[in-house]
Amino acid sequence: MITLKINGAQRQFDGDPDMPLLWYLRDVAGLTGSKFGCGIGQCGACTVHQDGVAIRSCVTPVRTAVGKEITTIEGLSGSGDHPLQKAWAALNVPQCGYCQVGQIMQAASLLKTKPKPTDKDIDDGMSGNICRCGTYQRIRAAIHMAAKEKA
Amino acid sequence: MNRIENSSRRSFLRQAFGAGAFVLGARILPTPAFAALETATFSPNVFVGIKSDGTVLIVAHRSEMGTSSRTMVPLILADEMEADWKRVKIEQAIGDEKYGDQNTDGSHSVRDFWSVMQECGASARQMLEQAAANQWKVPVSECKATLHQVVHTTSSKKLGFGELAAAAAKLPVPDKSKLVFKKKAEYRYIGKDIPVYDLADITHGKAVFGMDAKVDGMVYASIEHPPVFGGKVMSFDDKEALQVKGVSRTVEIPAFKPPHGFQPLGGVAVIADNTWAAFQSRKKLKITWDPGPNASYTSSEYKKQLQATARKPGTVVRNVGDVDKGFAGAAKTMEAEYYVPHLAHAPMEPMVTVADFRDGKCTLWAPTQNPQAVQDTVAAAVGIDKKNVICNVTLLGGGFGRKSKPDYCAEAAILSKQLGKPVKVVWTREDDIHFDYYHAVAALYMKAGVDQKGKPVAWLQRSVFPSIFSTFAPGVKAGSAAELGMGFTDTPYDIPNHRVENGEAVNHVRIGWLRSVANIYHAFAVCSFADELANAAGRDSKDYLLELIGPPRLVDLKAQGVDYPNMGPIEKYPVDAGRLRKVIELVAEKSGWGKRKLPKGHALGIAAHRSFLSYIATVVEVAVSPDGKISIPRVDTAVDAGMIVSPDRVRSQFEGAAVFGASLALMGEITATAGKIDQSNFNNYPVLRMSEAPLETHVYIVETDQPPAGVGEPGVPPFAPALCNAIFKATGKRIRELPIKGQKLV
Ligand code: FES
Ligand code: FES
Repeated sequence: MITLKINGAQRQFDGDPDMPLLWYLRDVAGLTGSKFGCGIGQCGACTVHQDGVAIRSCVTPVRTAVGKEITTIEGLSGSGDHPLQKAWAALNVPQCGYCQVGQIMQAASLLKTKPKPTDKDIDDGMSGNICRCGTYQRIRAAIHMAAKEKA
Repeated sequence: MNRIENSSRRSFLRQAFGAGAFVLGARILPTPAFAALETATFSPNVFVGIKSDGTVLIVAHRSEMGTSSRTMVPLILADEMEADWKRVKIEQAIGDEKYGDQNTDGSHSVRDFWSVMQECGASARQMLEQAAANQWKVPVSECKATLHQVVHTTSSKKLGFGELAAAAAKLPVPDKSKLVFKKKAEYRYIGKDIPVYDLADITHGKAVFGMDAKVDGMVYASIEHPPVFGGKVMSFDDKEALQVKGVSRTVEIPAFKPPHGFQPLGGVAVIADNTWAAFQSRKKLKITWDPGPNASYTSSEYKKQLQATARKPGTVVRNVGDVDKGFAGAAKTMEAEYYVPHLAHAPMEPMVTVADFRDGKCTLWAPTQNPQAVQDTVAAAVGIDKKNVICNVTLLGGGFGRKSKPDYCAEAAILSKQLGKPVKVVWTREDDIHFDYYHAVAALYMKAGVDQKGKPVAWLQRSVFPSIFSTFAPGVKAGSAAELGMGFTDTPYDIPNHRVENGEAVNHVRIGWLRSVANIYHAFAVCSFADELANAAGRDSKDYLLELIGPPRLVDLKAQGVDYPNMGPIEKYPVDAGRLRKVIELVAEKSGWGKRKLPKGHALGIAAHRSFLSYIATVVEVAVSPDGKISIPRVDTAVDAGMIVSPDRVRSQFEGAAVFGASLALMGEITATAGKIDQSNFNNYPVLRMSEAPLETHVYIVETDQPPAGVGEPGVPPFAPALCNAIFKATGKRIRELPIKGQKLV
C-alpha cells in the first residue's frame, strides 16, 4: 500500500507500484485530464507537476511519487482561471485539444522558472510537447500573453 | 433538394428535448452521391429544438477532430435562426443513416451542410415569428426575431423563443420557396471569430475524448496484431502473460478475410483491469505467426519497382494535343523524378474505443470520423443488424483520416461480445504507427519540352502509387480517377501538348487517405517541376507560374478526356484558373515577394494548388545555416475557400497545415522491412516540434461569395513544394525526394 498526494488530497493505492503515474491517474483515480500520447516520454501529453515541476507521468512509476505533491490539470487552479487557461481561451489555441492539457501544464512549469520567457526559452521549454494539429504559433503567443498578465 | 418537417410530435425527440419542445428536423438529399436516401423512409436529419426554458438545442452530426465542425455547422443554423449562441446547447449525434452523410472527411462539413443549416434556421425563425403574430393577432410582417426573442416592431411587445416554443411546434413548416434568408450584413456570428464550443472543457481537462470514455464494469484490452499485414496467429502461449497482476485472460481475434476494408487485423488480446497491466502482459505473450503473403515487402526494393514503372509509358488519363510531337519540336527537354514515401497519420490520441455488447445490441463510445462506418463494420464483425449498433461519438484527439477507418472499434465489439462485459480497447503509439492505413508511397516522372524562352510546349507527367482502393477490393493495381484527380489530372496549366499517365502498383500494406491524400505527392511533383522550369529559364518563379497557368478561364477537363470526379458538382465548382492566379498574386503581394530583404542563407519559395475545391498559394521563407540546418522563419498563405464561417478557425487550419506540411516534408517517412514497419513511436517517426515549426504563419483569406469549399486539408499540398523551392533558391540543391532529413544541403 502506498500513499500519494494528488491535488492536495491523500490517496491510497495497493496496486502495482511500478504502474506509471499516468495510468494510476487515469484508470484508478479517475483523473482523465492527463492524456496518453506515446508512453515513452516523447510527446508531453501526460505532463503533470511533481513538487511544481513538469514531469512525464507516463514514465514515472507511482512509487517514485510517494512523498511528493502531484498536481494535475484538475488541480492547476482552484477556480480554473490560471493566466495560461485565460490566454489559451483568448487566443483560441486548441484545435483537437488532446495535447493542450499537457501543453498548459508544461507552460505553467516553464513560467515558474522563467516568468518572462523569450521565444528561445519557450522553444527550449515546450519542444518536448507535441501538437500534431500544429498549434505551436498560438501556444507561443499564449505563453507570452500569460507572462504579461502575471507580471 | 432539402425537406424540412416539424418533428415536435415524434416521441423519441420529445424524450431528448422534453415535452412542449419545438423541434424542427430537416432531411437532406444534397447531391447525387446520396441518391440512395431518396428511397429511405422519411427521417429528420439535422435538428434544432427549443426547450420551454428557451434553451436551443442543435444536433451536431459531424465529428470534431480539431477542424471546428462541431461548432461551425450548428453556428450557421443558430445565426440564421437569430438564436443567442450563449443559449445554444450542442448535442452530438450518434451514428445513424437518417442523418445523411456523417463521414467527417474530405473537408466538406461546411460546404455540404451550409444551405441545409440555413434552411433549418430560417424555417425555425419564421415559425417563431408566426407563433408570435398569432398570439398578438398582428400581421407576421410586424414580427421580427431578434436575438432569441420575437419583437413586435410597432409596439414594445416581446416574446422569448422559449415562450413561443409550444405554439410554434403546432405550426406547419413553411415551404422552402417561402423562406427568407438573412443578408450577409445581418449575420451575427458567421464571419466573426466565435470560440469553439468545447474550448473551456479542453483547457480544463474536462473534455471527453475516446480515451476518456468509461462505462461501469469495463475491462481494458491491448492487442498484439500480426506484425505483417495479412499474417495470422499459428499458435500462442499466454502462461507468462496471465501471471501479470490484474490480467484475467487472453482472447484470440481471428484474421480478416480479404479484401481487408475496415476489418480488424486479428491477433491476441490481453484483458486486464487497467490499461497498464494489459500493456505489460501483452509483452509476455509468445506467439507464432504465419507471416502471410506480404512478408517480402521491403521499401527500398519497392521504391525501385515504382520508379521503374514511372519511367515507362502508362495508361493515359488526360491528353491535350500531341506530346511526342511537342517534344520533337522543342528547343530543349527536361526530365525529373520525384518520390514521396509512406506516411503515418499519428493523431495525438491513439486508436481507442469502448464497446458494450449486451442483449444483441452493441453500444460504442468511439473517437470516430465516421460513425456509420462503425455501425457497418461492427455489425459485420459481431453478426448483428446495423440498427443494433449504437455509436456514440466522443471528441477526437486528432483524426487526419485515420479515424474514419473503424478497425479498432470492431475489435472492442468482438471482445465485448465474447467476454459479456464492456471492453475498452487501447492502442499504444507503437500499434498506431505499426498498423496504420498508410498514406501511399509514390514515384513520379515529369518531362517538359520548352521553347527558346523556356515556356513549355509539351508536358508529360506520370504517377505511380498503390491505390487506396487496393485496401477495399481484390486485384486493384491502377490509380483511381479520384486519386488521379487530386492534383494530377486537374492541373490548370495552359500547355498546348499535355499528357498525364498512371502506372500500376501492388499494395503490401493497408493504404488509406491522409489529410489531403494524393494531392501531397502530386502537388510536390507538379509544383516542384514548375519551379525547376522557371529556374532553368532564368525567370522569376512567381511570374513563370502565372504564365504557366495562363489567362483566367475555366478549365474544361472533360474535353481533355479526363474522368474527373471533382469534389462537388463541376458546374458549381469549376476548375477556375483565375481564382488560382488571384491567390498567387495576393500571397506575392502580402509576402513581399521579390521585394522583401532577406538575411543571408534565407530564401523564398512559392507553390499554388487547388484541392478540395479551394485555391491556395503559399510562400515559405527558409533559412539554411552554413552547416545545412533548416528553419522556417515565416510562411504566408493566401486562401480562397469560398464563403467561410469563421475566419479565425480558417486561419488556425492553415497554421496547422503549415506544421503538418513541414512535418511530412522535413521528416515524415514510414518504411517496411520484410513486411514489418520499421518505425514505432515519435522517437523514430518524428513529427514537427515547436522548435522546428514555422515561427509565424500568416493567412490571407479572399473575401468572396463563391460557394463554401474545403478548409481542413487544402493547406497541406502546396507546403512541401514551396519549402523545397525555397531550399533550391537558398542552396542550389533541388529536393526531389521526401523527406528532406538526411539529405545534404550544403
Ligand atoms: S504520453 Fe507521456 S510523454 Fe507521451
Ligand atoms: S490540438 Fe490537436 S494535438 Fe494539439
